[in-house]
Amino acid sequence: MRSLDELKKLKAKTQKEISTREKTGKPTIIVHMGTCGIANGAREVLNAALAELKERNLTDIHVTQTGCPGLCHLEPLVTISEPGKKPCVYGKVSVENMKRIILQHVVNGQPVTEWLVNLEK
Amino acid sequence: MEFYRSHVLICTGTGCTSSNSRALIDTLKKELVENGLEKEIQVIETGCFGFCNLGPIMVVYPEGVFYCRVSEADLREVVQEHFVKGRVVQRLLYHEPNSTVKTTEFDEIEFFKHQKRVALSNCGVIDPEKIEEYIARDGYFALAKVLHEMTPAQVIEEIKKSGLRGRGGGGFPTGMKWEFAAKAPGDQKYVVCNADEGDPGAFMDRSVLEGDPHAVLEAMAIAGYAIGANQGYIYVRAEYPIAVERLTKAIEQARKLGLLGKNIFGMGFDFDIGLRLGAGAFVCGEETALLTSVEGRRGEPRPRPPFPANKGLWEKPTIINNVETFANIPRIIRYGADWFASMGTEKSKGTKVFALAGKIKNTGLIEVPMGTTLRTIVYDIGGGILNDKEFKAVQIGGPSGGCIPAALLDTPIDYDNLIAAGAMMGSGGLIVMDNDTCMVDIARFFLEFTQDESCGKCPPCRIGTKRMLEILTRITEGKGKPEDIDNLEALAKTIKSSALCALGQTSPNPILSTLKYFRDEYEAHIHDKKCPAGVCQALLSYTIIEDKCRGCGLCARNCPVNAISGKVKEPYVIDREKCIKCGACMEKCKFGAIERK
Ligand SMILES: Cc1cc2nc3c(=O)[nH]c(=O)nc-3n(C[C@H](O)[C@H](O)[C@H](O)COP(=O)(O)O)c2cc1C
Repeated sequence: MRSLDELKKLKAKTQKEISTREKTGKPTIIVHMGTCGIANGAREVLNAALAELKERNLTDIHVTQTGCPGLCHLEPLVTISEPGKKPCVYGKVSVENMKRIILQHVVNGQPVTEWLVNLEK
Repeated sequence: MEFYRSHVLICTGTGCTSSNSRALIDTLKKELVENGLEKEIQVIETGCFGFCNLGPIMVVYPEGVFYCRVSEADLREVVQEHFVKGRVVQRLLYHEPNSTVKTTEFDEIEFFKHQKRVALSNCGVIDPEKIEEYIARDGYFALAKVLHEMTPAQVIEEIKKSGLRGRGGGGFPTGMKWEFAAKAPGDQKYVVCNADEGDPGAFMDRSVLEGDPHAVLEAMAIAGYAIGANQGYIYVRAEYPIAVERLTKAIEQARKLGLLGKNIFGMGFDFDIGLRLGAGAFVCGEETALLTSVEGRRGEPRPRPPFPANKGLWEKPTIINNVETFANIPRIIRYGADWFASMGTEKSKGTKVFALAGKIKNTGLIEVPMGTTLRTIVYDIGGGILNDKEFKAVQIGGPSGGCIPAALLDTPIDYDNLIAAGAMMGSGGLIVMDNDTCMVDIARFFLEFTQDESCGKCPPCRIGTKRMLEILTRITEGKGKPEDIDNLEALAKTIKSSALCALGQTSPNPILSTLKYFRDEYEAHIHDKKCPAGVCQALLSYTIIEDKCRGCGLCARNCPVNAISGKVKEPYVIDREKCIKCGACMEKCKFGAIERK
């Protein structure tokens, strides 16, 4: 370590890796993964989300999964939860849709209204 | 960089390792591979969370789900349910001792809610074997800050201003100690870390070394800069193998990144650290004995002054600080003296780690702001007394400490209040006792320890502890004499004022504090030949209550010495001459017909 800058770089690199362990108010992509969700391709959607985040180097976003909320006919379901806002639920999410949701909603803050399934659009 | 959606933290501190967390990690990794999840979910080995009686502990992020007592057999379910389907495995969640409601998240648990983690802030959060994770949580930035922005005098001023006092027992102001060493003349100076941790039951230093070793290394380098030393030593007991291993790795990693060694940050400051393993004698935790032991000689204390700050290791100016003291240093530099001084009481700033043990529901390691009351610790964090029995006292401060009775439950804990109550902070061992504890027996237990650990160099300690132990043993065996209490008090006074080191000087504390608050128990043993708590064997006798005995004969069949006789369906009788007071009959009796008094 010959300079403070080197230390800062090392910090920045690892900080992103361990940010998953911090329960700050970060936006979270929640993939619903009940049996119905998995059967309809929720796994692929989850993997697509991870790949997209990695590609765009978006480490300030959590990805978690949860169970079936009961809307089985709309699976795979994805909820985007942001601090201080009402959660948005998307239905029949495909791998391609997931990418657009990340770009338009999570990054640019514009929910993709036509795909939303919860009532408060 | 790999991006994982979930991090699974498994404790590999000494507690959870002994409940087999290593095997858990291996099995979990295998399960993840079998389910194709190894690229999504990362397994991280961390230090102690503090909730040791619930081990092995596993925390899943980003949700922060807290699983306890996880076995290998549970892992398949966790992987299938939680990692694949996102359903938390309810049965492995924690529930508060006084309720059946399960708590999902880590920071909702009462045990953690009242805590304030400073010295332990990285324990259970980072992988202690990865220096990068320490750096990611601002590690080594305090060292960078002092080297770039502060003069040694400013560093000392900051530590003084923080009000930090030694966590190793004495509570001496750390900044002042550093100032003495900085001002002491000499071209060669040393920084020593006391990681001997000899108090029975205390394990906070071990947990810091296992969970956050770099914090100690960084602090020692800061101390070196402040006093003008370029060599440090950590004296750690060989009985702490995991701590030794992690320290060794940490030192290697820091050297590799140039955070230890020559010309750190290119600022012309050199500092390196060596490990010295102790054999585990209690007296070697005393600073002068420790330094003698580091020099390679028999660990015996020597008179002070001269203090180590002037004449320490190899007669050179040396500062010696405790592990927990050091763990606070980088945080004080990073967040400022005012931040640190905003926690605690007027004369005791910051937080203190306590090892919570005894007759209490939640045992483990806790860190609370100075000034927290015993009641909060025992009832809110500790969950209350085991089996909802009555609280009697806490023994605080290890063998040099004392007992604090129920009347003082609302005393804010700090250095000065504890001394005033006849105990002391010590290293922070905190043993909770219920009404089934005999206070004379407790005093005897601690005296047995100090007498055994006395190094023998000075007569007051060598002979004095022996005599006090003899008297206490006699009292618990029902052979106490009327003059015994006076003799104990006289001996205690003499030893306090004449022993060479604090081991001897504080050895009477357990006796004096129990005499202060529970004198009637001593008197009952001596005059009435009774042990009110029903602990001292020699003073007990077992009798069968005629009215309650149904004459089933179960007691007689279970008596190992055939001391019970009688006819079936008639009350049985215990022969006091033959009875060895093992209590087997009382345990077996279904009608509560056997009485111990
Ligand atoms: C018998 C005896 C045992 C001690 N054991 C320890 C110990 O295990 N760890 C420790 O840090 N200090 C121990 N001390 C206190 C040290 O002598 C010394 O005060 C301390 O290391 C100074 O560091 P601090 O100012 O950071 O507390 C012990 C003292 C005595 C008298």
